[in-house]
Amino acid sequence: MPSPFRFLRLATILRLTALMLLLVFLLLPGWFEPLLKPLVQENAPAIYNRGSLFWLTVLHLRTVFVATLAATFVAVSLAILVTREAGAEFLPLSRSLVNIGQTFPPVAVLALAVPIYGFGENPTLIALFLYGLLPIFENALTGLTSLPPAVMEAARGTGMTERQRLLRIELPLALPVILTGIRLSVVISLSTATIGSTVAAKTLGEVIIAGLQSNNLAFVLQGGFIVAVLAVLIHDALQALERSLAGRAHV
Amino acid sequence: MIEFEHITKRYGDTAVVRDVSMAVAPHTVTVVVGTSGSGKTTLIRMVNRLVEPTSGIIRIDGEDNRSVPEFELRRRIGYAIQGHGLFPHRTVAENIATVPTLLGWDRSRIRAKVEELLTLFQLDPDFFGARYPHELSGGQQQRVGVARALAAEPNLLLMDEPFGALDPIIRAKAQEDLIAIQKHFGTTIILVTHDMEEAFRLANKIAVMDKGEVVQYATPEEMLVRPATPFVEELIGASERPFRLLAIERAGAAVEPGAAEGPPIAEDLSQREALSELLWSGREALPVAASDGSIVGRLSLDSLIRRAARPR
Repeated sequence: MPSPFRFLRLATILRLTALMLLLVFLLLPGWFEPLLKPLVQENAPAIYNRGSLFWLTVLHLRTVFVATLAATFVAVSLAILVTREAGAEFLPLSRSLVNIGQTFPPVAVLALAVPIYGFGENPTLIALFLYGLLPIFENALTGLTSLPPAVMEAARGTGMTERQRLLRIELPLALPVILTGIRLSVVISLSTATIGSTVAAKTLGEVIIAGLQSNNLAFVLQGGFIVAVLAVLIHDALQALERSLAGRAHV
Repeated sequence: MIEFEHITKRYGDTAVVRDVSMAVAPHTVTVVVGTSGSGKTTLIRMVNRLVEPTSGIIRIDGEDNRSVPEFELRRRIGYAIQGHGLFPHRTVAENIATVPTLLGWDRSRIRAKVEELLTLFQLDPDFFGARYPHELSGGQQQRVGVARALAAEPNLLLMDEPFGALDPIIRAKAQEDLIAIQKHFGTTIILVTHDMEEAFRLANKIAVMDKGEVVQYATPEEMLVRPATPFVEELIGASERPFRLLAIERAGAAVEPGAAEGPPIAEDLSQREALSELLWSGREALPVAASDGSIVGRLSLDSLIRRAARPR
């Protein structure tokens, strides 16, 4: 009788272990205290004690999610617009705009946004949104312009309207490539979001910054560890989704 | 009936199609041949308005093809292209159902149509319906492409080098299937190719295009006997003429009473194939069998030689 675990490859087991470890750490950080104790000076706390790690993670993920969602919406809409006949002339302009978003350092965006929007989550959202536009836009553009010519010809020849071609043929076929852009953007945002805590956004950056301020290596490590594991797991999950979509469509 | 009236298409200063006028009779196969760049593809793409003519009118059954919106027109006209253009993210059944779905047919009618077409193209609906195009061979993909073009029962089917990507054996089979299907549905077909062999095999009428103009529009026989220009003559190939002439007619048309030795050939083979069989088996005559196997008469080498000679 075959083992029920025979489908689990080593990589999958590692990922599941990482996920379990992360969840346990977030919910019961006390368990790990002995492990981190050697890293801190006597009497200093080994586990972050100025807020719940679990809630900080949730808020961190929420910030990244909202920023990426907005970036995806804008970048994909823009890519659709400039790949239509009527919008083709806006392609160079959109490219430059999106490129500026990427080249402008997020820290600078924060510095500029705080006077306008004040401290808190908003400046971070704006920085992440601008920073995340480029990969999604460029990938959506590639996906929408590299569709097989025979398929597009057939779509027109069968009598699909422009809207039907976009929704039924172009977007589904470009989806795996667009998802790749979203994945790149999410991974960048997950790490970049930490700097949001310099302007009082509730993210895991708070843990790292607290560690730096109080010379607490354990804080810095646990903040970094959570962000890194989140990035790896989300990256892999999105990649698996892309593969299954691309595999089905064979594109 | 499809009528081209003074159709011209210009890109900048170059005319790709120049003042083409011709009428395609319903329920026939018209093959447009020409070298690459002769404008043949542009000509048929103007029928379903994938290209708009610079001047001139195309009428389908008397109606200007610009009198309905493009997408509606295209749903009424089958369109099959080289490299099939199947949608890679949709199953074979979904691909075939494309136009009926756009037309809003109900599901049971669509399902019945998909099954009918797959069966007609010798593809088991239960096996192939749920497959994705990449799981099929080139010949199967091509058949699905034609099935998709026929799904909404169009009166007119446009085919742009539909068999161009197939190997010779599968291509011959696909051409045979097309003839059978054309008889089955009575569809009017306009097919573009650069392969003269294919043109003579399929066509009721051939239109030869050269530098954007239709230089001759005639039945295959007429074209062989009276090529309009040296270009047409060259395209047909002077050394191929007698064989092309035989290729047009069925063996059954040359049957004479009497008996002959050896295995028979089927009466619906072409006379060219009959000649080939006679030459290869070293016989003077051979028996001809009807589709039910009964011998209907004989076919002699002499009579085929007479038939291959230039008609006067």
